[in-house]
Amino acid sequence: MTHTRRLQLKTIPLILFSIILGPLGNVFLGKAMKGAGSVFSGRIPDLAPIVFRALASGYIWLGIACLLGFFVVHMLLLTWADYSYVQPATSLSYLSISVLSYFLLGEIISPLRWLGVTVICLGVFLVGRTSPSTTGAPDRA
Amino acid sequence: MLEIALLFLIVVSGTAGELCVSRAMKSVGEVHDFRPRSILRFVLQSLRLRWMWLGIALMGLGFFSLLTILSFQEVSFVVPVSALSYAAGAFGAKAFLGERINRNRWVGIAVVCIGVTIVWWSRK
Repeated sequence: MTHTRRLQLKTIPLILFSIILGPLGNVFLGKAMKGAGSVFSGRIPDLAPIVFRALASGYIWLGIACLLGFFVVHMLLLTWADYSYVQPATSLSYLSISVLSYFLLGEIISPLRWLGVTVICLGVFLVGRTSPSTTGAPDRA
Repeated sequence: MLEIALLFLIVVSGTAGELCVSRAMKSVGEVHDFRPRSILRFVLQSLRLRWMWLGIALMGLGFFSLLTILSFQEVSFVVPVSALSYAAGAFGAKAFLGERINRNRWVGIAVVCIGVTIVWWSRK
């Protein structure tokens, strides 16, 4: 097996994992906050009981665990893969958050929102195709 | 109004926090040794820097703003809109870290902003 093939075999599953894990963390945070009761009125003192109720929910800790897991996977990826390879690949997480919000939270995603999310993915993909370092090495983009 | 203030905090405070942490990390220097003891020393060294603590505080503020907005707004709206941090990050990195943002990156950032505007129109 070639070195490139071996790298792909560990990189692609981890990228897929991070595309799911990060958005899943945000979905769980959303579920915890929605389940915490009354909608925030805008007054800071009213926020405390909502935050306390949310912290008592298992979902918030599940969300934080997913986001920590995402962070570790992202760091691991960056130890061997180029940032300019990882960043465009993970732009797909904006699509996966829409899919997960639809299936797990029952949010209705309008065609306009799908369009916006697709344009954001494209933009992040373009940002990622530029040189990851502009202060040290010569600009290659 | 509250919604815009919270989104502003998520984008600006979160990005400013990352820039402060980035500045702290750059002054600690590149990591070459990945043994646990060396990593622990590296973390302790970075925790001695004021920029690190400022960064952690700002990122914390961004995180709690995210939790607050998620109590009344949809996840599929908030997360894509927070992609504006790419634009905030580029301006911040240029001004604060002296990074050069080339034309291709500005094009990508402009496309992200167009996408965020479209998502904003889909707001319920």
